Amino acid sequence: MNRRTIYIDESPIRFERWRKYLPSWLKRFLPSGGGNAEDHHGKAIFGFIVFLLSESIIFLSFIFTYVALRLTHSQHWLPPGISGPQLSTLVLINTVVLLSSSLIVQSAENALQHSRLNQFRWLWLLTIGMGSYFLIGQGIEWSKLDFGLSTGLVGSTFYLLTGFHSLHVLAGVIFMVTMLVRSFFPGNYHQGYFGVSAATLFWHFVDIVWVFLFSILYLWRD
Amino acid sequence: MTHEIRETAPPNEPENNWRQYFKFNTDHKAIAVQYMVTAFIFFLVGGLLAMLIRAELITPALNVVDRPLYNGLFTLHGTIMIFLWIIPFNAGISNYLVPLMIGAQDMAFPLLNAISFWMIPPGGILLISSFLLPNGTAQSGWWSYPPISLQIPPGQPINGECLWIISLVIIGISSIMGAVNFVTTIFWMRAPGMSFFRMPVFVWSALSAQLLQLINLPALTGALILLLLDLNFGTQFFKPLENGDPIIYQHLFWFYSHPAVYIMALPAFGIFAEVLPAFSRNPLFGYRSLAVASLGIALVSIFVWVHHMFTSATPSWMRILFMFTSMLVAVPTGVKAFGWTATIWKSKLHLETPMLFAMGGAAMFLLGGVTGVMLAAVPFDIHVHNTYFVVGHFHYIVFNTITMAIFAAIYFWFPKITGRMYAEGWGKLHFWLTFIGANLTFFPMLPLGLQGMVRRISSYDPQYQDGNVISSLGAFLLGVSTLPFIANMVGSWLYGQRAVNNPWHATGLEWTTTSPPPRNNFAEIPVVKRPPYDYGNPKYSVIEPTESDEQRRREIWER
Ligand code: HEM
Ligand SMILES: [Cu+2]
Repeated sequence: MNRRTIYIDESPIRFERWRKYLPSWLKRFLPSGGGNAEDHHGKAIFGFIVFLLSESIIFLSFIFTYVALRLTHSQHWLPPGISGPQLSTLVLINTVVLLSSSLIVQSAENALQHSRLNQFRWLWLLTIGMGSYFLIGQGIEWSKLDFGLSTGLVGSTFYLLTGFHSLHVLAGVIFMVTMLVRSFFPGNYHQGYFGVSAATLFWHFVDIVWVFLFSILYLWRD
Repeated sequence: MTHEIRETAPPNEPENNWRQYFKFNTDHKAIAVQYMVTAFIFFLVGGLLAMLIRAELITPALNVVDRPLYNGLFTLHGTIMIFLWIIPFNAGISNYLVPLMIGAQDMAFPLLNAISFWMIPPGGILLISSFLLPNGTAQSGWWSYPPISLQIPPGQPINGECLWIISLVIIGISSIMGAVNFVTTIFWMRAPGMSFFRMPVFVWSALSAQLLQLINLPALTGALILLLLDLNFGTQFFKPLENGDPIIYQHLFWFYSHPAVYIMALPAFGIFAEVLPAFSRNPLFGYRSLAVASLGIALVSIFVWVHHMFTSATPSWMRILFMFTSMLVAVPTGVKAFGWTATIWKSKLHLETPMLFAMGGAAMFLLGGVTGVMLAAVPFDIHVHNTYFVVGHFHYIVFNTITMAIFAAIYFWFPKITGRMYAEGWGKLHFWLTFIGANLTFFPMLPLGLQGMVRRISSYDPQYQDGNVISSLGAFLLGVSTLPFIANMVGSWLYGQRAVNNPWHATGLEWTTTSPPPRNNFAEIPVVKRPPYDYGNPKYSVIEPTESDEQRRREIWER
């Protein structure tokens, strides 16, 4: 079956007229008037981005809960004798490692785009390593804190936010390991590489979320 | 001039491959049927619970069930009807229609589609199985407000509330995956020439509803995770005695659950927009306004949730603000209602079963909508909040409008789905029983609520008995009304007359393919050159009319 792209659109906003001036990444969100069914890669990435946007609402609902509780209960926020989460060097190094892994994962994807499969594998492995480093660091931080999950609102919200985020980091690592293994089976990436693009996007998502969590958890002082 | 609109003829024998519906199948049409039948079974379960509730309420005293069981009955009734009847049914009918209406061969992600469906039965069974637990089901209503929902006997990590939360999270994940699939399908899979403003209004409203799922449902999932942590893992988010804040739960809950009423209602509006033109032989009035109004309703409905919290210690600036936005919803909704009326205005109506259900549903939406706007007024709401007036209001929407629309859709697309015609007489009987039963059941609730009868109680002041008896009788009538429906569906699917491709002479791509459609929907991907709803305009037809089609058209319409 041939792919027939037909540019007709009677929408009052004359979609097709200004569509051609858009940057290509935006065009991806605004497919033209039909006939795109054969673009499997674009379709899958579109769906994945929609999913990530939706997923971010869960984080938003948790962040909303944290902010609302903290604003309305500031006098009870820290139970007596508890100092709350601290901005230690451990946390800082962890943050730097996680954020810089975004660059690595992007260059891994670029390497694959240019069919440099081995370079992709090394960079990909490096990202996996950095992600695992972050997870271990997070575990060490938890073990050093002087409060637990049921220690007042500070404990509930802190473990909720960092725990939910770590689950995402873990999912990202597992996702990337799967793609790494797949790369050793010949023929897997010859037709585009949806899984790699999706994992890269997911990793950026996890990083962006961490920027927000880091600011509200460690930088917010009353 | 009156003539039969419906046409029947014996075309090729459709294959009897019922086995496909019991398998893990990735065909969107099979998944759609799986969704719809599963949802209907849950509808019967939910209806049974409703009749038990109504049996208890015939007399003012407590005499049929005990109080914890009564609480469980209304909690599970509401949960099942919303999360296991209307929402999965809408997912089913949208699954059937969206690819066909936009000229696609399947959904964007067929495998994901099948996985989404197969999460529904386990979720539902888990929920209902909580009747078997020693302490019974969840008892705090479908909204599950803390702290009531957190009051469970100590030492019972597995309790009704916990099962309720887990099954809702499962169903929610299924809905999110479905929504990703629908939105991608509508954006990417349209046939050549199927521009946004050539999509039928049903597709527009499905798109709007699914966008709401994506934006709002995660807030409910988040709230449920927090509730589960509070319930079983010792956190304190919503525990007022430990500095937590139950009001935050209410915000998160209604941030999803008000849009949820439009997630349920928008596909119903879409069904009206398909059925009314077909049976009045008029183009849909104001197609573009109706299409855009779907998105408008979706957009405004994101910003109205606090009208459910007017009595939750909400500051008055917030009350006024949300009173205003809630009344604003009436504008795009009014556009819709106006469009439907203008479509059937001064036309020859063909009162087949789908049309009866659509007209009945649209008419009763008037009462549902008017009571909604009344409730949006803060002073009035403070008077009737948590009374039967609210119960009356939303049942006029969820049963008398949405469930009626669902029946309209079943009858309308039954020939397409099964390749058989249903029995018209049985359909009409079903309609009248449902229409009368629904009004008997839900109308008395409005005056009862105005007089002060509180909802969610199992015994009440004897002065309210008359209205309750009528309501209970109506509910039993509704129970009876499903019998002709089931008989009709099963009988017609097995032995009904063969249906032609387009028995209603309706426009829309789904009618251009065979009944039932082949595995890939269209023998060749259609190229769309015409606007939708071109009824009565002989120069238009969705596909190029062939010689014989044109002949048949003329024979039937120019008699
Ligand atoms: C013009 C549009 C509407 C307005 C202004 C409106 C307003 C309201 C208000 C203010 C309440 C809260 C009453 C109270 O608890 O005191 C309410 C309850 C409710 N409405 Fe509507 N409504 C509208 C349409 C709808 C639609 C279309 C649906 C369903 C599809 C719906 C379903 C419900 C439900 C389920 C409840 C009860 C929730 C509960 O308390 O358990 N409403 N409505
Ligand atoms: Cu509402």
